Amino acid sequence: MGEKKNHAEKQYQEIKTKAEVKKPLTQDKTVVMVGTATCGKAAGAIDVRETFKEEINKRKLNAEVVEVGCIGHCYAEPLVVISKPGFPSLCYGNVDEGLSSRLVEDYLVGDDPCYEYALVALEPNEEFPTFTDFPRGMFEQKVILEQCGLIDPEQIDHYIAVDGYHALAKALDMEPKEVIEMIKESRLRGRGGAGFPTGKKWDFCCMNVQDPVRYVICNADEGDPGAFMDRSILESNPHQVIEGLIICGYAVGASQGFIYVRSEYPQAVRRIYTALEQAREKGLLGEGILNTDFSFDIEVFQGSGAFVCGEETALIHSMEGKTGMPRHRPPFPAEVGFRGKPTVINNVKTLSYIPHILNKGVEWFQSIGTPDSPGTAVFALVGKIENTGLVEVPMGTTLRTLVYDVGGGIRNEKEFKAVQIGGPSGGCLPESALDIPIDFDSLQEAGAIMGSGGLVVLDEDDCMVEIARFFLDFTQKESCGKCTFCRLGTRHMLDILMRITTGQGEKKDIEILGDLAVDIKNGSLCGLGKTAPNPVLTTLRYFMDEYEEHIQGKRCPSLMCPELINFYIVPKKCSKLCSACVGSCPVEAIYTREDGLKAIDLEKCVKCNSCPLACPPEYDAIIKVSPPERVEELEKENA
Amino acid sequence: MELLEGEKEVIISQVSEILGKHKHNCENLVPMLQEVQNQLGYVPELAMEMIADSLEVPAVAVYSIVTFYNQLRLNPPGDHQIRVCMGTACHMIGGQIILNSFERRLQIEEGETTEDRKFSLERVACVGCCAIAPVVVIDDLVDGKVTPTRVDGILLSFENSNNNEGKKEQEQKPVERGEGQE
Repeated sequence: MGEKKNHAEKQYQEIKTKAEVKKPLTQDKTVVMVGTATCGKAAGAIDVRETFKEEINKRKLNAEVVEVGCIGHCYAEPLVVISKPGFPSLCYGNVDEGLSSRLVEDYLVGDDPCYEYALVALEPNEEFPTFTDFPRGMFEQKVILEQCGLIDPEQIDHYIAVDGYHALAKALDMEPKEVIEMIKESRLRGRGGAGFPTGKKWDFCCMNVQDPVRYVICNADEGDPGAFMDRSILESNPHQVIEGLIICGYAVGASQGFIYVRSEYPQAVRRIYTALEQAREKGLLGEGILNTDFSFDIEVFQGSGAFVCGEETALIHSMEGKTGMPRHRPPFPAEVGFRGKPTVINNVKTLSYIPHILNKGVEWFQSIGTPDSPGTAVFALVGKIENTGLVEVPMGTTLRTLVYDVGGGIRNEKEFKAVQIGGPSGGCLPESALDIPIDFDSLQEAGAIMGSGGLVVLDEDDCMVEIARFFLDFTQKESCGKCTFCRLGTRHMLDILMRITTGQGEKKDIEILGDLAVDIKNGSLCGLGKTAPNPVLTTLRYFMDEYEEHIQGKRCPSLMCPELINFYIVPKKCSKLCSACVGSCPVEAIYTREDGLKAIDLEKCVKCNSCPLACPPEYDAIIKVSPPERVEELEKENA
Repeated sequence: MELLEGEKEVIISQVSEILGKHKHNCENLVPMLQEVQNQLGYVPELAMEMIADSLEVPAVAVYSIVTFYNQLRLNPPGDHQIRVCMGTACHMIGGQIILNSFERRLQIEEGETTEDRKFSLERVACVGCCAIAPVVVIDDLVDGKVTPTRVDGILLSFENSNNNEGKKEQEQKPVERGEGQE
């Protein structure tokens, strides 16, 4: 074994020396980095990139335009980072074509960094605040998102230059058993949702010594509505995941790995293919990795849009060309998995931690987070929150910190109502639960789950019965149909919730919902069914008053359920001089009365909520009322 | 569905080509179906029969796969595919309203194609762009912060650009499926 030592390390250092020349942030050249992950593109990053290229070419400047992934500050997309020698690297938010030309003119040609448009500086300096000077930066601790948005995901050299694939070299110079021991010792728990210890899973896979064929699979079938962590990581730093998967393969003795990715993420798929190709060229994947005798390759499998395939046995079935239905466990995939062989299935985020643990050690990893859930948690922070985006905080951070400090509080000074955590399997937690520390076990006690990390913030305008109906609608559609309770029970629950949100609820419905929830939990095989009632159970537990208002008062207190509301223009507030609402109405339901004021023809109204938004704030004349009959009373009052 | 003249030949030639590229085992069934859909826009009955024959399984086995997975469709889509995101963030901020607006404007229901085959309308579970909700994906372009009035604008822009077929977004190349390695 002595001879084997440092073999891979030597080979790695050679590759790294060559790669370092291409380091993205150097001090001798101006670099413009444009974030072109899916979210950036949707906000117009392609036009921004083209403007920069054009302007730079026109002026023949010595500057490079690089495409990077997502830095996590999605509320300010498109984002651009400019690093110019002699200045701190600055990040600009909400960049459009106009600002792009101006930055080239003033900053790249002139020396004015346009601080008024800058969001944040990347490294400490005298001129401009950095991430750690903002509340968000103080609470955030980036581990697996560290390089996201700062390196070009389509250039392997960028990743290698920041010590990428070093952990792989280290692992190859260790015995596979030592690698597993290290991961076990780190107490890393799977980030797919359930929080199973990763090292234990790897160990199980090695139990069966007779059969030498094993597989490792990266689960990137991120189906939770409202979550996009895996997409962002794959689009921003695919090599980190690939490195983790290769190390996993080495540790358990597999020679073939797979990445199971949703086909709804075309850009992530493209970037994975590019990354795999580049890793093969560098000798980091394929035959004899880094001059050792370890051979390993990775194939991509595209999932075709079935939420249940995130469940590991269903995922395996779908890879085998069957319908993605889960089966009974045990045997666990670690014993009998893909093609009947022992198989390790790990989430994108779980695998992303592996290189960091090998590089920085077990003690470093355990120093972050809580004793039972060490490390960080990645959340997709969305909904009615000021700073939406991708955040990474140590485990044990409270929900309050996440919502108010990291997320910047509720948008438009509205009242906080709930956080929906864990997607369709999770639950809605109210204000009183905000001081719960985020880790696998505490959230479960509160009725939600950690899930894969979607966190939707809801405010006073969001109806909790409606959100329960929404998730039930989702799980009901995605139920694979194998277990009766899940297939029919969710349908029945959905029917009841539909009745309640349309004002036809009955008193006994609440009891039936509770009974059904318990039955579905007990009578379902897989995680989808077992957790499907969670959104209903948590809303019943924390927001019973809203259910009662819907059932008894036939009204929606949050003014959201379309069947239970009507729009009304208050004549006292409306102005003859304005017709903003008329133009905003897609169905021409707003007409001018004889006295010149506006009114809504309720027969035509489709309740699309366009007119209150169009009404100028100085009038603010259009209101929503519930129950819908309230309009008639108001008309009489104002006649 | 009745096939138009010439369609049958196209299906046979495309599917034969795809069958030639893959090993004929069940593991390649989903990748093959995805490729068929990539080429033809949907999975025709004939294609399912051809694939079933090559894998030596009953056609109903292939049919069950096609109907199980949301991505695979049995009917040809319109020239422009409109997919409205129905993720949590989009829903809470009015995704359903956007879907209704499209339904009203195009006079079709979700899952249908307009009579002139120009537009088809679908819902998608989540495209992962929750920060800019509500989101609509038109062909391969993601469009954020959509409002009912924007819906009219989006459809109008297609009517206008129909005459001068200049596509400004050349970014989206089709993904090479199943060709990751040999």
